[in-house]
Amino acid sequence: MATDKNIKPKVAVHKFSSCDGCQLAFLNMGENLLTLSTLVDITHFAEAGPVDEDTPVEIAFIEGSLASPDDLERIKHIRSNSRFVVSIGACATSGGVQALRNMANTKDWIAAVYASPEYIHSLDCSTPISDHIKVDLELWGCPVSSWQMLQAVRSLLFGAKPEVLNDKVCQECKRQQHVCVLVAKGEPCMGPVTRTGCGAICPAMGRACYSCYGPAEMVNPESLNQRFLGLGLLSSEASRRFLFINSGAPEFHKQGLKCKPASSDDGNLDG
Amino acid sequence: MTNKNSKVEFLPRSHFQELIEHLQQAGYTCVGPQVHEHAIHYAELAHADFLPQGMSEEQSPGQYRLHEAGHDRYFAWANGPQALKPLLFTPREALWQSSNNCEDNASLCFKELIPEQRPLAVIGARACDLAALYIHDKHFLQHGYRDPYYLARRKNMLLIAVNCTHPADTCFCASTGDGPRATYGYDLLLNELDDGFIIESHSEKGVAIQTQLNLQAAEASQLEQANDAVEQAAARQTRGLPAQNLSQPLLDNLHHPHWEEVAQRCLSCGNCTAVCPTCFCHSELDEPVLDGSHSVHYRQWDSCFCQKHSYIHGMTIRDTAGLRYRQWMTHKLGSWHEQFGRSGCVGCGRCITWCPVGIDITEEAKVICSGDQHD
Ligand code: SF4
Ligand code: SF4
Ligand code: SF4
Repeated sequence: MATDKNIKPKVAVHKFSSCDGCQLAFLNMGENLLTLSTLVDITHFAEAGPVDEDTPVEIAFIEGSLASPDDLERIKHIRSNSRFVVSIGACATSGGVQALRNMANTKDWIAAVYASPEYIHSLDCSTPISDHIKVDLELWGCPVSSWQMLQAVRSLLFGAKPEVLNDKVCQECKRQQHVCVLVAKGEPCMGPVTRTGCGAICPAMGRACYSCYGPAEMVNPESLNQRFLGLGLLSSEASRRFLFINSGAPEFHKQGLKCKPASSDDGNLDG
Repeated sequence: MTNKNSKVEFLPRSHFQELIEHLQQAGYTCVGPQVHEHAIHYAELAHADFLPQGMSEEQSPGQYRLHEAGHDRYFAWANGPQALKPLLFTPREALWQSSNNCEDNASLCFKELIPEQRPLAVIGARACDLAALYIHDKHFLQHGYRDPYYLARRKNMLLIAVNCTHPADTCFCASTGDGPRATYGYDLLLNELDDGFIIESHSEKGVAIQTQLNLQAAEASQLEQANDAVEQAAARQTRGLPAQNLSQPLLDNLHHPHWEEVAQRCLSCGNCTAVCPTCFCHSELDEPVLDGSHSVHYRQWDSCFCQKHSYIHGMTIRDTAGLRYRQWMTHKLGSWHEQFGRSGCVGCGRCITWCPVGIDITEEAKVICSGDQHD
């Protein structure tokens, strides 16, 4: 990012449909948050204070999926105001856990949940940012880690392309010398199809990865699903491993629907 | 080969702790097998009580299960996921640091980050791991290109080998000629019997430790028992590679349809390469601190199953699982001969056990090298 040393680059953090957890990756940076405030000028970050969606910025971080008609307008405005758009977290990169409703009848469940459904203006689908505008960098995770954010900001400030992690969680798990929970305990671990970046925290605690970081590059969900069935999972249980936090990611979506038996009674997944 | 000053003696199991204490007094930090996260793992060993006494395990493609077997032995199991590799070629380490806070007013300066390494004594190294170590020594310490990071860890390492008596179903060291008997590359060697160990030294360092121990003379019947146990361990192995040098059969079958069949199952997860004691690929990365004042350059384990491993500007050369698996096998079992004068497989079977979907290198190599379905 070629900038005059005395002019601090402007940064905005926007929120759409989400739980705010990824914004916390900024707020939980500790001392780095102070350093960051000396390096950049944060013009918009509603959760932390400043509100100004109109000033053009160098970097716009986007948390959340697009779920209402207003969102679609707002995101276009943000794109036209920003040099780099970085989507952060599962919601912004794959539609998030709320994309589960893409497989259900939205009208029916809005009617079931809300006393006055006419006030709810939801789109039928919860979709990732990249379905609507050009995204320059995607940081996956539910939530993203502060480490990812720091690396991305630092690289952009240097004018370098940020490193995109796309290997499987297994790589990081093995580097940390954890024993494979799938092989040693028969846990249905999603590590072999999941993008690294979390630091393999679930296997480190002896439990199976549930893929909050979404699909890695070149995944083979069919083969892993077959292995889950071999471990004794029912096909409806195996499908839920794929149709969870990143059910909107095409690789997982396809696999989840494929292995879900038509007779299963776990909700209206087929819509 | 047994050191000329070495005696073959007997160490009762109840005195094993003395070996650990003598090693500690000689300045070594002991590393040994212990039960950890449902497997046998090597870690710093403070006392013989932490050894996996009474434990055995079962291994099959994609599966490892540890259990209490109700015996008194310390080493009645075959290798877990790791042994010597992570101790020497560490999974992630800082190589150097660059900084713009320099003493001589330079705008950029560099500092090498060579590790300070305490001398380690590794208890329980198996034949397959010693064979792999020999390959890694050749790779990392080749004349003129010695890796200072590996060297710092390697130079003071003392190795106490144990001959295998309980190979796993996935072990095939007898077929590669690398085990189950350790024949080189160690300082002390143990053969485990019901009530203790036959101990012998194979280096000056080993003799120095052995002479301090309060040992009994080994009886002929004990030596015979020890020898029989290792021979039976070899005889029990059922897996094997079709031949020790598969360079030509692999090159002849680069388009065998079986590569695609493996690709249907392969997850491209790289677990096989991470557990393989001879795989040495790594990637390098920089981690600058946020204020940009300095940056640390790391190397970490990488794998030919990862996309960036074959990325060159603008393209990924191996962009299918079939090509990645083929790269792995043709290097390990084929071109390795040209590079290192031997196969890259020491028959430890780890890649079979720790592959989440149980892909078996011995089975796949057999099909591919048979050329039966050659197109
Ligand atoms: S290829 Fe497999 S069996 Fe051979 S040394 Fe590597 S991990 Fe062991
Ligand atoms: S491969 Fe051979 S030396 Fe290695 S653990 Fe198995 S039996 Fe022992
Ligand atoms: S062979 Fe097995 S361990 Fe190796 S990359 Fe393929 S699935 Fe993973």
